[in-house]
Amino acid sequence: MELAERLLMGDRRAAARLISMMENKDPEAQEIMRQLYSQSGKAYVIGITGPPGAGKSTLTDKLVKHVRKTGAKVGVIAVDPTSPFTGGAILGDRVRMSDLATDPGVFVRSMGARGHLGGISEATSAAVKILDIYGAEYIFIETVGVGQSEVDIVKNSDTTVMVSVPGLGDDIQAIKAGVMEIGDVFAVNKADRDGANRTAREIEMMLDFSHADWRPPVKMVVAVDSKGIEELFAAIEDHRHYMMEDGKFMLRRAENARNELLEMVKSRIVEQLLNHDVKAERVEQLAMDVATRVVDPLTAAEELIQSVL
Amino acid sequence: MDRPIRVLVSKPGLDGHDRGAKVIARALRDAGMEVIYTGLRQTPEQITNAAIQEDVDCVAVSILSGAHGTLIPKIAELLRKEGADDVLLVAGGVIPQEDIPFLKEHGVAEVFTPGTPTDVTIQFIRNNIKR
Ligand code: B12
Ligand SMILES: Nc1nc2c(ncn2[C@@H]2O[C@H](COP(=O)(O)OP(=O)(O)OP(=O)(O)O)[C@@H](O)[C@H]2O)c(=O)[nH]1
Ligand SMILES: [Mg+2]
Repeated sequence: MELAERLLMGDRRAAARLISMMENKDPEAQEIMRQLYSQSGKAYVIGITGPPGAGKSTLTDKLVKHVRKTGAKVGVIAVDPTSPFTGGAILGDRVRMSDLATDPGVFVRSMGARGHLGGISEATSAAVKILDIYGAEYIFIETVGVGQSEVDIVKNSDTTVMVSVPGLGDDIQAIKAGVMEIGDVFAVNKADRDGANRTAREIEMMLDFSHADWRPPVKMVVAVDSKGIEELFAAIEDHRHYMMEDGKFMLRRAENARNELLEMVKSRIVEQLLNHDVKAERVEQLAMDVATRVVDPLTAAEELIQSVL
Repeated sequence: MDRPIRVLVSKPGLDGHDRGAKVIARALRDAGMEVIYTGLRQTPEQITNAAIQEDVDCVAVSILSGAHGTLIPKIAELLRKEGADDVLLVAGGVIPQEDIPFLKEHGVAEVFTPGTPTDVTIQFIRNNIKR
């Protein structure tokens, strides 16, 4: 049977294979996704981000188990960094989600950031759509919240949970510096440790500076002991309900789609340059010319853009 | 091939010896593979389900507990049942030479015992994955 039909029937091997094919930019899979795109969009997508080791996987495991009590089918996409030197990766998020492996209502997929053109966000948004069509009602995306590309990944989500932990003073600084804005809900995990109240207060203080309509709730959790999970999920649902009022949800999805589109355009242009021998050579030449001040970068970039239009 | 080979590295059964599995996981990563590490104490069902969801080319199990004789055939059987017999199954750890023929008859492609250079494993996986 066709992969597309099998996916529509909720065949997990088809879902798994299609995700790989999309990761590998397989034209057949891309064609299938063109055909099936209109069937996606039903799942609610929750991004889980935060610094390395904050407990994102443990928290995801517990949130998924909580959601599963309602019987809803769940998808999880867990992204880990790829080694820039070898292209290899150790994807270890499943270690904290072992129990989910025997639940037929849960599909967990690990992805390496791979660092290739257009970045991981394109592959993750494809995986989100595939799991959506596969029948997941909730999809969780776990990513490391450090750089811009990771932030882009959670731009695939309807609600983003920013996970913090006590005792990382600098960490809050880092979050402040760029990725703070993307949190719709804040979780202070490892609240069994000293300093959780202080971390929560610091986050609240930062949120005081924002005058957005939605005030992100800050929830204390102890993921390892499943403490505070219900309350955290209730906060996610509150955000969801807030988004459902007066069209905010579709505006957010349009904003995400806009981001996705522009990223795709960018990566397609770069691909067209680099996958074409003569043009790729020109890129190298211009790079040297820019370095040696033969040409300025603006002029060089304009020439390259012209060459693909 | 321009796509990374995906390998599930797993420790089935009640076996806390995870050094070898971690050595292998790192070696495969350094060879450019995407390694999905599941951690300790996995049942054959968990391993099979993970292998399918992750769409791996290879399942690599590490066993030092002595229970290889039951665990490995079980994993091979479940993979077959799920129609995932295009997945290469390899094993390693403390496994006596005399047990290896039995394991090979029951679905494992190769067994790598202590002292095997990791390059041998890497080459074996590269040469034997089925797609
Ligand atoms: C270190 C060690 C421990 C450590 C483990 C620490 C850890 N986190 O890993 C500790 C002290 C905790 C431990 C405990 C026990 N151990 Co112990 N342990 C060892 C020892 C000395 C070395 C194992 C090791 O780490 N080697 C280094 C790693 C890098 O090598 P490796 O695992 O063999 O892996 C290599 C290859 O086998 C291969 N490989 C391994 N896995 C895989 C997977 C794939 C896919 C591939 C391709 C290759 C591959 O490649 C690796 C690199 O070359 C061995 C004896 C030995 N010489 O092997 C006993 C040994 C494994 N332990 C043994 C026993 C009995 C125990 C205990 C039950 C003791 C007890 N009565 O309490 C407990 C059980 C613990 C548990 N929960 O399972 C026995 C097992 C007997 C058996 N199989 O019949 C052994 C063989 C000792 C013996 N001769 O009796 N142990
Ligand atoms: N004390 C304490 N430890 C926790 C808690 N939640 C998770 N941990 C531990 O923190 C460590 C990291 O947890 P993970 O869930 O793997 O964290 P992560 O954010 O997914 O890590 P990366 O994916 O590597 O960035 C593990 O050892 C967990 O057991 C908690 O609430 N309290
Ligand atoms: Mg994780």
